[in-house]
Amino acid sequence: MASNQEAPAGSHSAVSNNEFLTFTLGKEEYGIDILRVQEIRGYDAVTAIANTPEFIKGVINLRGVIVPIVDMRIKFKLGKVEYNQFTVVIILNLSHRVVGMVVDGVSDVITLTAEQIKAAPEFSSALDTQYIMGLGAVDQRMIILMDIEKLMSSRDMDLIDRVAA
Amino acid sequence: MAIDLSQFYQVFFEEAAEHLAAMESLLLGLDVNNPSMDDLNAIFRSAHSVKGGAGTFGFTDMTEVTHVLETLLDKLRKQEMTLTDEMVTAFLEAGDVISMQLAAHRGEGEVDERAVSEVREKLERLTAAPQSSPPEAAPEIDESPVALPPQDPGYGFFDDLPETPAAVEEDQGYGFFTETPAMKAEAETKQGYGFFEELPKPQPATIAAPTAASQEASRRKKETSATPAAGTGDEITFGKRVTDRAAATAETSSIRVSVEKVDQLINLMGELVITQSMLAQAAMNIDGTVDENLQRNLHQLERNTRGMQEAVMSIRMMPISFVFSRFPRLVRELSGKLNKQVEMKMVGESTELDKGLIEKISDPMTHLVRNSLDHGIESPEKRIAAGKNPCGTLTLKASHQGGNIVIEVSDDGGGLNRGKILQKAREKGLPVRDDMSDQEVWALIMEPGFSTAEVVTDVSGRGVGMDVVRRNIAELGGRVELDSVEGHGSRVIIRLPLTLAILDGLSVSVGHETYIIPLNAIIESLPGAAADIKTVSGQGHLLRVRGEHLPIVALHQVFGVETKITEPEKGILVLMEAESRKIALFVDELVGQHQVVIKSLESNYRRVPCVSGATIMGDGRVALILDVGALIRIK
Repeated sequence: MASNQEAPAGSHSAVSNNEFLTFTLGKEEYGIDILRVQEIRGYDAVTAIANTPEFIKGVINLRGVIVPIVDMRIKFKLGKVEYNQFTVVIILNLSHRVVGMVVDGVSDVITLTAEQIKAAPEFSSALDTQYIMGLGAVDQRMIILMDIEKLMSSRDMDLIDRVAA
Repeated sequence: MAIDLSQFYQVFFEEAAEHLAAMESLLLGLDVNNPSMDDLNAIFRSAHSVKGGAGTFGFTDMTEVTHVLETLLDKLRKQEMTLTDEMVTAFLEAGDVISMQLAAHRGEGEVDERAVSEVREKLERLTAAPQSSPPEAAPEIDESPVALPPQDPGYGFFDDLPETPAAVEEDQGYGFFTETPAMKAEAETKQGYGFFEELPKPQPATIAAPTAASQEASRRKKETSATPAAGTGDEITFGKRVTDRAAATAETSSIRVSVEKVDQLINLMGELVITQSMLAQAAMNIDGTVDENLQRNLHQLERNTRGMQEAVMSIRMMPISFVFSRFPRLVRELSGKLNKQVEMKMVGESTELDKGLIEKISDPMTHLVRNSLDHGIESPEKRIAAGKNPCGTLTLKASHQGGNIVIEVSDDGGGLNRGKILQKAREKGLPVRDDMSDQEVWALIMEPGFSTAEVVTDVSGRGVGMDVVRRNIAELGGRVELDSVEGHGSRVIIRLPLTLAILDGLSVSVGHETYIIPLNAIIESLPGAAADIKTVSGQGHLLRVRGEHLPIVALHQVFGVETKITEPEKGILVLMEAESRKIALFVDELVGQHQVVIKSLESNYRRVPCVSGATIMGDGRVALILDVGALIRIK
């Protein structure tokens, strides 16, 4: 299954089943391992938390579990940040935690063959290349395959307690 | 039909561990000079049960050791031999060996065969050793400091015993136990004398006598002896503790349930509470006259939910004796090793707290007990020189205070040496001044790597103790306080929240947000308009209430929430207290009082400053629970 998520970034075999959920942020298209996705829901009743980075919108009650919500549009400075009934939250089930992320829109689920996944070149962007598993090419589309587990547990996201000194 | 016995292994392991623990506590409570026949029987039964179970499952190594143990115990029980201190030590060692074997069968650890054979040889030698003095039921009566009346009711009972051996061995329940309190109380009184001699102040008699038999016991005692049977009050000596425990096993019938099932139940309960409050909120919006029946039934639902919640929560509550009971052994062994005389007292060991806490406080408490024995209580020579009783006292005390449980570990030893601590702190380069308050000085020893012990022993003194204790307790949401008087002893006080799952809280609103303040931290609340508010240098606000000046903390500023109410005069001031400091929290308005289910923010997110957790309100939204201690500290 998806147990080898800890594999080094950029490696083609990081995802064994090669099924991805794709979503858009601005004009860019991203893909994440489908097995990390728990559900997709609307944006509603978020309780703000003080003194957090702007992209951490707060926490929601997901059937009794407190789940933090991050807005990827703010984090990556992409897309138009507004909240209405069309705002989509992808609830991710990562190895140790559940996190919700706001994106512009969810496109579809695609299957990529190993040949369709290319290693990500070095370039500078808001998304550090270490969180990119590769680039997927489908027809004319280029899908940025995100190592969502690694990204969400990174220090950049500020979602996890920093180890006390 | 072949039955796979392995499915029952787990039950056997747990039961055997319980029997071993019971045996150990009984052994430690045993008065070597005057062993209670009842205790000996109970120890024998424990050993016998372990042997029986081990035999059934084919753990022959355990059977062998328990058999030797049982043989010697049987002789004692039948009064063919008299108990010696050496035997008690051998029994305790045997218990350790059996525990070790048990662990090995569980797949944890290995058996030290040498220890096994040593213990077996020791027990066999003791069993075979001839004893000169013919055993008698209780020959030490004359030696006890307070003369017992010659017609000791215990004798009558002891004489009866041989006539009912079947009941003793087979029927662990009623036939035997209904009679025991009489005898136990007897044993306790005898042990109590030694104890009371050193304790001049009279103790209130507060032990409940739940069974008819024990009432009978006290009645008989009143007739024959001037001393009240239950003279120990809340103070618990070894004898008393054992008595309670044995009696408890006899009286309670229980079932074994896995912790996961209980936790699942608690989670569901939390959901139910939330659903119930959502329903209640929805019903509030309906015109009450429309359907009176609905409203009434909803009230009924609320009552039932609350009752059920309390019942479910109580499943997880366990008496703190689960932690305390491991210390008599530790104290016995350490005091022997350190050549000190230590008597251990336990107070309020039936105080209940959450099971999760029980597991987590035992390590910090072990540290504290070791510290007290090693550094606190002096050697008998030193104590005599200081004009103290050569036998030191270590007290473990637990009690409820508001929504907290307070655990104290105190000793009557040398106390902390202020000068030495300050000197050491300077050597370590810590910022210290001579005019620091005692509290601040004591707090220094909880700094990492701090130890003032002159000699680092294998017991403690490596300076990894107190800071670990403080950290462990802080992780549980508790605090550690130290108190000491040089020459008279020291006291460590641990304050912990009673439960980790539920909280009585007051909800307050600030802007569009709702926050929960734990009710136990609130003193009172008053409207800002009526309050006597002063400003300090034009910006900070102070509230004067009953001659005290309290700083006003504006919650909207702490959490950066936008609100229209920015003047304390227009809002509500909630007076809160934590760590004996007070503040007035300025909020927009009070919303209501709720019992809230505490949800962890950290399980999916991380710690948030000034927030101790989150909960789900009636409308399904998340509300943050304020950490009053932290709010007070930022001021």
